[in-house]
Amino acid sequence: MLAGIALTLVSIWYGQNHGLLPVQASDDATVIDGLFNTMLTVGTGIFLLVEGAIVIGAIRFRRRKGDNTDGPPIAGNIPLEIVWTAIPVFIVLFLSVYSFDVYRNMGGFDPDAIEGTPEVQVAMADTDLATPIVDGQSSPKTHSMHHHLALGVGADPSTQGKEPDLSVDVMGLQYAWIFTYPESGITSGELHVPVNSDVKLTIKAQDVLHAFWLPEFRLKQDAIPGQPAELRFQTKREGEYPIVCAELCGPYHGAMGAKLYVESQEVYDQWIQSQVVAQKGGDQTVATLVERTDSERTDADRLAPVAAELGITAETLKSLQSVQPAA
Amino acid sequence: MTNAEMPIVATPPEVKQHGHGQSERRWQDYFTFNTDHKVIGIQYLVTSFIFYLIGGLMADIMRTELATPASDLVPPELYNSLMTLHGTIMIFMWIIPAGAGLANYLIPLLIGARDMAFPKLNALAFWMIPVGGVMLVGSLLIQAPQAGWTSYPPLSIVSGKVGEGIWIFSLLILGTSSILGALNFLTTILKMRVPSMGLNDMPVFCWSMLATSGLVLLSTPVLAGALILLAFDLLVGTAFFNPTGGGDPIVYQHMFWFYSHPAVYIMILPLFGAISEIIPVHSRKPLFGYRAVAYSSMAIAFLGLLVWAHHMFTSGTPAWLRMFFMITTMVIAVPTGIKIFSWLGTMWGGKISLNSAMLFAMGFVGMFVIGGISGVMVASVPFDIHVHDTYFIVAHLHYVLFGGSVFGIFAAIYHWFPKMTGRMMNENLGRIHFALTLIGMNLTFMPMHKLGMMGMNRRIAMYDPRFTSLNQMATVGAYILAISTFPFLINALWSWWKGKPAGDNPWRALTLEWLTTSPPAIENFEVLPVLTHGPYDYGVDPEEDNRENEPPFTSPELQPDSSPLS
Repeated sequence: MLAGIALTLVSIWYGQNHGLLPVQASDDATVIDGLFNTMLTVGTGIFLLVEGAIVIGAIRFRRRKGDNTDGPPIAGNIPLEIVWTAIPVFIVLFLSVYSFDVYRNMGGFDPDAIEGTPEVQVAMADTDLATPIVDGQSSPKTHSMHHHLALGVGADPSTQGKEPDLSVDVMGLQYAWIFTYPESGITSGELHVPVNSDVKLTIKAQDVLHAFWLPEFRLKQDAIPGQPAELRFQTKREGEYPIVCAELCGPYHGAMGAKLYVESQEVYDQWIQSQVVAQKGGDQTVATLVERTDSERTDADRLAPVAAELGITAETLKSLQSVQPAA
Repeated sequence: MTNAEMPIVATPPEVKQHGHGQSERRWQDYFTFNTDHKVIGIQYLVTSFIFYLIGGLMADIMRTELATPASDLVPPELYNSLMTLHGTIMIFMWIIPAGAGLANYLIPLLIGARDMAFPKLNALAFWMIPVGGVMLVGSLLIQAPQAGWTSYPPLSIVSGKVGEGIWIFSLLILGTSSILGALNFLTTILKMRVPSMGLNDMPVFCWSMLATSGLVLLSTPVLAGALILLAFDLLVGTAFFNPTGGGDPIVYQHMFWFYSHPAVYIMILPLFGAISEIIPVHSRKPLFGYRAVAYSSMAIAFLGLLVWAHHMFTSGTPAWLRMFFMITTMVIAVPTGIKIFSWLGTMWGGKISLNSAMLFAMGFVGMFVIGGISGVMVASVPFDIHVHDTYFIVAHLHYVLFGGSVFGIFAAIYHWFPKMTGRMMNENLGRIHFALTLIGMNLTFMPMHKLGMMGMNRRIAMYDPRFTSLNQMATVGAYILAISTFPFLINALWSWWKGKPAGDNPWRALTLEWLTTSPPAIENFEVLPVLTHGPYDYGVDPEEDNRENEPPFTSPELQPDSSPLS
C-alpha cells in the first residue's frame, strides 16, 4: 500500500519534471507536451511496477541453497488476469481519446489542408512533374472529394476557415531548404516569420524525400516529391529555432538544416524589405544562407541555378494567388 | 519431486529407422547440406551469431564516428552504407535466423517428432542465409547500399544502382528462406505432434512459432512484391515508385511496412515463446495463465498485420488513417501486457535460480517493457509527429529488439546449450556477460530517448555539437556491448569443448526435449514419448495427479487424441 502511494507520487513527479523536451515555441507544443507528460507518468508507474516486481521477486523468491523443491503449483488466476487485461485496455483507450483530442486541437483534421495542393491530382493525371500544370481549377467539388487526402497539420479549430497571416512555400532538396514568399516574391534559405501570427507552410520536395521538422514546435511533415503537404502553426515566442531534415536524404542528410526566425513585426518587415531590395538588384543568388558547415556553403552556391527550376514559376504563383485571394 | 516421475515411455509396435543413413553425428555434418533439424538449428544459430558480430562491429564504427559531431572517421557515404547494412544484417541475418534456428532445433523435440515435416526444404532454407549474408557484407567491396534498411524511393533509386541491386536481391533470397522456414514450422507443429499432445498441451514456444509462421507467410510476399517493383524502377527504369515518371513513393512505404512492421513481431514472438519456456523452469512454478500467454501470441500476430502505417504518420498519411493506425497500435499493448504480467506472475512466489539463462530472461522482461512503454508513446500521433525519425525511435526500437530479442536469444542459448552440446556453460562467465550486456545496453540506448526529443534526427553522420555529451555516453555504452560478447564467446567455445557434462535434464525441466539424451540422438527419441503431464506442471504432486483417464503403457497409436490432462 505504502509502496503503491510512493510509486504514484514518484510517477507524477517524474512526469512533470523530466526535462526531456526543448522549449515550447507554440501553444500546440504546450498541449503536446501535456500529452507526453501524461504518458510518461503512466509509463513511469508501469516501469516501476514491473522492474520492482522483477528485482523484489529475484531477491525474495530466490532459490535457497540445497532447496530442490518446486514452488506452489499456481497455474493462473482468472480474476487477476482479467484485471491486468482490463487496466491496459482502459489506459490505451484513455490515451487514444486524449491523443485524438490533442490531434484535433492542433489542426490535424483541418479540411482545408488540401488547399494550395492541386498538384496531387496533377500527379495522378499528368506524368510530367517537371512542369507542374496548375490550371487553378480548384472548384469546391474537387476539394470535398479530396480533402481526406490532405497531408500534414492544418489550421487549428480557432483559425479554421480563416486565411493564414502568412503563407510560405518550402522546397526541400539535397541538402537545403528553400523558402519562397509568394506575396513578396522573395526566395531565401532562412525562414522569417512574425511573432503572434498564423503561419502556413506548403511543403514540397524536388528530388528525394525529406522531412521538415521544427523540434521546438513539435511539428514534422515529410516533403514528398509530387505530393505537397501543409504545416500550419501559430508563433508566440520570439527566437531562433532549428529546422531539421528528418528523413534520410543522402550522405549529407545530417548537414541539411536551416533556421526559423520568429521576430517582432518590425524586424520581420525590415528583413522583407532588405530581401526585396537585394533580389530586385539582380542578385538572384540566395546570398543569405545560414552560416553552417563547409558542405552547406557549397550547397548554397549550387542553389542559384537550381532556384529557377524549383517550380516557383509564374504559373505557380498565379495559382497560389487565385487560391488565396488577397490575404 | 516431478523429475523423479519420469513420463512413461511407451514402446511403439516398431521403431522405424527412417534414417539419415548414419547413426553417429560427425562434426563435418555441420558444414554440409544436412537434413537433420538439429544440425540445421545449430547451423542457423552459429551463422547468425557470426553476422551479429559483423553487424555489431558496424555499429561500433558508427558509434565511434558519432563520438564527435563532425564527420571525421569515415566518409558520410560509407557511414550511410554501414547504417544500412547494420540494420539489414541485424534484422535479416541475426534476429530472424536466430529465431528460426531455435525453432528448428526445438520444435521437433518439443512436440516429440523425429524431424521437421520437410527436411530438405529446411536445409535449403538455411543455405540461402549465408548466400544472402555474403552478398550483403560483400557489397562493401563493390558498392554498398546507402538508402537505409527501409530503402525508401526515390533515394534508393538514385543512390547507386549496383549497391541497391545487391541489397534487393539478397533480401529476396533471405525473404524466400524465411517463407520456406515458416511453411515447415507451421506444418510440423500442426501435423507432427505426438498423438497425445493436443494444441493446448503444446509448449508455448510452439504457439509463438505458429503465430510467427502465419505472419511470415502473410506478409513476406508483400515485401517481395515491393522489392521486385523497386528493382524494376532501379534497373529497368519503370516508374512504380519514381515520382519523376508519375509513380508514388508512398505506395512503396505501405508495401514495405506491411511486411516490416509484422517483421518486428516475427523477431520478438519466437523469443516471447522461449522466455515462456525458460521462466517456469528456473522459477520452479507453472507458467501463469497458459492459455492467456498462448493466445495472446495469436492476438499480437493478428493485430500486427493492422498497424503498419504507424511508421508513416508524418509521411503521406491522411488524418483518418493516422487515427485508425494509432488506435490499432495502442491496442497491441494489451496482449503484450498480458504476457509481461504473466511472466511476472510465474516468477512471483517461485524458487528462482539466478543462473545466466534466468538472468537474461528477467533482463528481457525488464528491458522489453521499456520498449513497450515508449512504443505506446510513439503510437500517439501528436507525440510521434515530434519524435518520428529521431533518436527516440532508435532508442525505442533497440529496447524492443536488443533488450527484447537479443536478451531472449542469449537466455535461450544459456538454457538449451546443455541439450545442444551435452555440456554446461560456465555460470560465472555467463553472469559477467549478463552484467556487461545490461549496463552497456542501457548506457547506449537510454540517452538516445532524450537526444531524440531534444531535436537530434536519426541516420546522420554529423550532428549539432550541443548533443555531444549524450552521444559520447552512448558510444561508451556501445564499446561495453562490444566487450560483453567476449565472455560469451569464450564461454560458448570452451564449454562446448570442455564444459561439465550436463546429463539429460540438468534443469529438471518437464518439456519433452529433456527426455532424450544430450545432445539428442539422431532420430531424437529412442521411442516416441507419451505425455503424462503438462509442460509446466511444476510443484504438482504426481501422486495426486488426476490420471484416471490415463491409459498407461499403450502405444501412441492407441492413445486418444486428447491428452490425459485436457
